[in-house]
Amino acid sequence: MSDILALRPRAEALGQALPPLLASAEHLAATVILGEHGRRRAGMGDEFWQYRPAHEGDSARMIDWRRSARSDSHFVREREWQAAQTVLFWVDGSRSMSFSGDRAREPKSDRARLVALALAVLLLRGGERVGLAGEIARPRSGRSQILRLADALADEGASDYGRPDLAGLVAHGRMVFISDFLGDLEAIERALERAADRDVRGALLQVLDPAEEAFPFDGRTIFESMGGSLRHETLRAGDLRTRYLERLAQRKDRLATLARASGWHYHCHHTGQGALPALLWLYRALERTS
Amino acid sequence: MWILGPVGFTAPWILLGLVLLPVLWLLLRAVPPAPIRRRFPGVALLLGLTDDETETDKTPWWLLLLRMLAVAAAIVAFAGPVLNPQVREPGTGPLLILLDGSWADARDWPRRIERASALVEEAGRDGRPVAVVRLTDRPEPPAFQSAGAWEGRLAALAPHPWIPDLGPWAEALPEGRFQSFWLSDGLDHPGRETLLVALESRGPVTLFQSPRPVLALRPAGFADGAVQLTALREPAADAVTVEVLARGLDPAGIERELARATVEFGAGSDEASAALSLPPELRNRISRFEIAGVRSAGAVSLTDDSLKRRKVALIAGRAGREQLQLLSPTHYLRQALEPVADLIDGSLQDVLLASPDVVVLADVARLTQSEQDAILDWLDSGGLLLRFAGPQLASSDVSRMTEDPLLPVRLREGGRTVGGAMSWGEPKTLAPFPEGSPFHGLPVPPEVSVSAQVLAQPDPELGQRTIASLADGTPLVTRKAVGQGQVVLVHVTANAEWSSLPLSGLFVQMLERLAVSTRPTAPDAADLAGQVWVPEVVLDGFGTPRDSGEVAGVAGERLAEGTPGPALPPGLYAGTDRRVALNAVGPETELVATTWPDRIPVEGLEATEEQALKGAFLAGALGLLLIDVLAALFVSGRLGSGMGAVRGAALLACLALGAGEARAQADPDAPDDTFAVEATAEVHLAFVQTDDAQVNRVAEAGLRGLGLRLRERTSVEPGAPMGLDIERDELAFFPFLYWPVTASQPMPSAEAYSRLNAYLRTGGMILFDTRDAGVGGGSTPEARRLQQLAAPLDIPPLETIPQDHVLTRTFYLLQDFPGRYQNAPVWVEAAPPDAQQAEGMPFRNLNDGVTPVVIGGNDWASAWAVDERGMELLPVGRGYAGDRQREIAWRFGINLVMHVLTGNYKSDQVHVPALLERLGQ
Repeated sequence: MSDILALRPRAEALGQALPPLLASAEHLAATVILGEHGRRRAGMGDEFWQYRPAHEGDSARMIDWRRSARSDSHFVREREWQAAQTVLFWVDGSRSMSFSGDRAREPKSDRARLVALALAVLLLRGGERVGLAGEIARPRSGRSQILRLADALADEGASDYGRPDLAGLVAHGRMVFISDFLGDLEAIERALERAADRDVRGALLQVLDPAEEAFPFDGRTIFESMGGSLRHETLRAGDLRTRYLERLAQRKDRLATLARASGWHYHCHHTGQGALPALLWLYRALERTS
Repeated sequence: MWILGPVGFTAPWILLGLVLLPVLWLLLRAVPPAPIRRRFPGVALLLGLTDDETETDKTPWWLLLLRMLAVAAAIVAFAGPVLNPQVREPGTGPLLILLDGSWADARDWPRRIERASALVEEAGRDGRPVAVVRLTDRPEPPAFQSAGAWEGRLAALAPHPWIPDLGPWAEALPEGRFQSFWLSDGLDHPGRETLLVALESRGPVTLFQSPRPVLALRPAGFADGAVQLTALREPAADAVTVEVLARGLDPAGIERELARATVEFGAGSDEASAALSLPPELRNRISRFEIAGVRSAGAVSLTDDSLKRRKVALIAGRAGREQLQLLSPTHYLRQALEPVADLIDGSLQDVLLASPDVVVLADVARLTQSEQDAILDWLDSGGLLLRFAGPQLASSDVSRMTEDPLLPVRLREGGRTVGGAMSWGEPKTLAPFPEGSPFHGLPVPPEVSVSAQVLAQPDPELGQRTIASLADGTPLVTRKAVGQGQVVLVHVTANAEWSSLPLSGLFVQMLERLAVSTRPTAPDAADLAGQVWVPEVVLDGFGTPRDSGEVAGVAGERLAEGTPGPALPPGLYAGTDRRVALNAVGPETELVATTWPDRIPVEGLEATEEQALKGAFLAGALGLLLIDVLAALFVSGRLGSGMGAVRGAALLACLALGAGEARAQADPDAPDDTFAVEATAEVHLAFVQTDDAQVNRVAEAGLRGLGLRLRERTSVEPGAPMGLDIERDELAFFPFLYWPVTASQPMPSAEAYSRLNAYLRTGGMILFDTRDAGVGGGSTPEARRLQQLAAPLDIPPLETIPQDHVLTRTFYLLQDFPGRYQNAPVWVEAAPPDAQQAEGMPFRNLNDGVTPVVIGGNDWASAWAVDERGMELLPVGRGYAGDRQREIAWRFGINLVMHVLTGNYKSDQVHVPALLERLGQ
């Protein structure tokens, strides 16, 4: 009973937070669509694309007789490629994503959701099927999917660090992982392996706070993970800086290597920057993999 | 008190707390600084890393030291440390307390009384008899009484505003041993040595002297047109600035600060001066000067008549005649009055507005009715009209048959000349001044002679109106009262033409007696002697002016000595006809510091004063604790973000300052001469920019076309027309403004109106053009707007332009003034109602000057307008008639500019035939 009572205010709070998230995602998408990107290639579809001269191997059925009758050679009528792709997102909703090194800076999770939703808007406009890993938002096309995605993205996990979720993975599809990848690296390795097995390629976007890159701490400090499951006490935090940065660089390197090995793309994004570069990178990355 | 070297402790047992410090050391050392808890996802990467050193587990030694020092400082502070503690030995026997009680004491009198009552109280505890004497009182043997008897009386003692005479006190001291405590004011007074020796012979002497400087103000003098103030100080120390206030009654009769001067003492100088230049109205109100913030009679200087200067208006009858300066009727008056009075020049009507005290008319015979009325009004309120005779007065028929209200007597025709080549008799000398005459008592120099004069008609009142006469009894100076004022006639000229009186010193003295001029600054003993001077205001020792009450008057001889004393307190003394100020510090007074013999201990001046250190130690402890806060933050690594914020704030402040400077450099209000240079390099026709860009363009094109015609046809060669923003641009550079009126034009601001009015008053002309062809009888939107715009302007009465107005003939002969429209009425300043058309003249003799406004609705600018190539911009009329109309419009423009630039020159041309006729003769 109390759950139901508590649900409504939470839902309302969520509803209040959603439109700007959606709007800003739309805004980002609009800036990209105005750019160079377009799905201008021949393929399966209903729309006329171009006539090309028929060559060896084209069946007679493919020849457009009406066009060919106007000249001496034969032409094939090509249609624009309109096959829809399935793109699955895994957006890390764990506690560690809610970290922000500065009060003025948004937490990593906000940035991750914003970029994911913006990309989803772009893909949905392009006619793709977009979904979230898991059960809540199965891949679908159409604008109403945006609302479902936004709803699903609002879910926060309870665990300290996120583990990739591959539920609903479609073979030959595309996948986008957005996380800080500070948790267990084994799980990510396994997820990539599984994805590669099913010919799924995609992109890894690591979202980090500038504080995580700089480690601007000093003095006697007890570091705790966001959920409190891990803790580490030091007397001179400043002394740990170089070693911490070394480990972070190793981890990034490892992720990049993993991605390369399985045909994925890896990029590290900081919440100190604007969201647009991350979105552009993801867009290009998905274009390259498709 | 427990004394350790130069430091004593009032509560030494608290110092035992220092023993606890080592315990504190151990306690503090065991407690490391508290850790910060941080949420940080990257902790996953930190797991397994160990610290290189484990030393910071404990508080660092320097932080410990800091804290120990803070605690030690607090403990020492509460132990009550005192630097240079002074231990006084209690005295024995009777105690005599001497107070100088002079004005120099007044600056810190409460402190002296406090010190004295502390001594009395102490003596009371010891059961010693006490006597307190104030050395400015009359010397009398001090009465030793119990301390209780003195305690109440001490508070009632006040300093006197004079300096003590110490010699007689030495004789008044009683025999027997007693201890003396002398609170000296720091100045050397007569007889000090004697008294000191006498005191020392009775017992030990202790001195108290304040280290604060004594400030004094000498009486203000008047020189070089300014009030000269001199301040003194003792001892002469560092450079310091004191303010001198001039106080007096304001017009409402309330005393307030009238002026303020800054006197700067240089380092090491004991005297400083300042000059205070004030308008005479203000200066005459000053009743005293005082040094701000110093309560002492020496810092107050009362002023008397010597600062007051009267305003004298000099008006000569033959002004403007070229002549030698020595023959000028006012030359000798000017010479005599310039040092002692403020002279006003100008026309009679003007000077009366300045409400002078005296108006001198030198050989002015006839005044207009309005001038006479104004003078009579002014006389009724107490003015003094001093008239001198002369050829003009002698030859006029003023006051012949009936007595002129502005002359004291009737005059006989022609006057008389004695001792000249054509007359018998010697020049006449002066008779001694009779009793009751204001000149009574002035010596009559034998060399003063009169060779010509105007003669008074014998009258019953002549005798009592005569205040000076010649040896043969002819009146020389006559006087009568008018209202509260008086009229005085000197029957000779004010220059040396008729008599040698203006050459003599008697002339100056007579002017002084008539209260035309004022006295020289310092009254000499002879002036003061023989009168009893009654104090009006007296000063007390603190420099507060008081009503004199029942203070008896003093003889002039005593006053002349100039040294205040018990019978002669400083103040303002009134005699029969003047007031003399006696100040505690005279013009010759010097401040001389006392030098005490080395054997006398002087309290209050010691180099090592007792100084409580508790505050300093507590502040030090607090400071150390503050540093400890920062240090603790530093140790625990929390200082960095704070420093970042500080740095950011500093950076922001720098940016804000930089932006401020950048704005200041681009300040559009900075004086810029380019507009003025451009506007004055040539004659420019100018128009007022309206809110309508099209109207502005047409106005500019119109003035361009008019300038082109002026260049072609006349010697006026105007530059390019300029559009003016009347809110911003200076108008004075332009002889002529064209103002097209639009219905939506915003009203100019008040400043713009004041500048427009100044422009119109100083000879500028504005051509208002409503551009509505004058239809609707002034009810078009533009005409209504013009009425609103022009309402605050200083515009004279207007009339439609008359047939003989000078505008009809300044260059072309014109009778109508078309622009793009015809027949709309044109309004100019109305001719004076008494303009007469002389016989045989085609024109009336009209007003001088230029009409300040021309108002019409013919849209002249459109008719004048040409484009850059000189082609007509807008169509006017049809065919040849239209060309003709445009030509007449240009001619009107040329006439208008000519009128502005030449004024009434063409109007004066009507006199040419008469002038030619006269030249022909």
